[in-house]
Amino acid sequence: MIIGLNHYLLISAVLFALGFLGVLLRKNTLVIYMCLELMLIASTVALVAFSHFNDTLDGNVFVFFILTIAAAEVAVGLAIIVALFRQRHTVQVEELNQLKH
Amino acid sequence: MANLLFYTFTFLTLAGAALVVVNKNAVNAAMFLLLSLVGTAGLFVLLDAALLAFVLLLVYAGAVVALFLFIVMLLDTTPGAVKPFKPATIVAAAIGGVLLLVGVVSLHQRAQLPTAVTGAVSPTLKNYAEMLFTTYLLPVQVVGFLLLIAMLGVIVLSKKFADPEDAK
Repeated sequence: MIIGLNHYLLISAVLFALGFLGVLLRKNTLVIYMCLELMLIASTVALVAFSHFNDTLDGNVFVFFILTIAAAEVAVGLAIIVALFRQRHTVQVEELNQLKH
Repeated sequence: MANLLFYTFTFLTLAGAALVVVNKNAVNAAMFLLLSLVGTAGLFVLLDAALLAFVLLLVYAGAVVALFLFIVMLLDTTPGAVKPFKPATIVAAAIGGVLLLVGVVSLHQRAQLPTAVTGAVSPTLKNYAEMLFTTYLLPVQVVGFLLLIAMLGVIVLSKKFADPEDAK
């Protein structure tokens, strides 16, 4: 069986769904962040696959930008989590609801 | 051989991702994220993007996962009691899951995505550099500026101000 574009897109879709499931299911802010990273990775798999099967390089170059943005996002997000922990002494999302009431 | 590698890397990627989601311990979740990233890097190599696989391992496995582990171990993350879901949530999740499954299956079965062969560009370092410094020059500059802003933001966020007036 020849591995085609659809196989890679299927992997990308399943990976994205797993990441989204994690964001919905988990209560730990740090694990939610890891699941966001999984969703970003899923999009990069789709971009690289499209790029490969269309003989272009634009998708691959775009993945560079996604990796850069993801690194910046992780740094800022983790700094926010640390600042939040310093104030509230928890990282569980169900206890971080002071904006709700 | 290529098929075997493809299935191995797919298994690594998806099993790692699933274990990130279900694992109770945040340190173990970070380790399985690393496993998933290694699988993804393997898939990138199979897609002729060895440079991207290298960068992915360097940036994600080297920097991002290490940062995650550092923060997880720094903060006290004892798993709290899990609240049961409400019935409305379960119904909505089931409908959403079924719709997603239908979407994925129809994508896999019926998508007609012909490979349009235009100008064949080989993924060499020279071609990457040429694209980054001609077509994508402005995005490169913008991303560089964004990294600078992110660095400043992290410094401001993690600095302890002695007086609340200093923060303004």
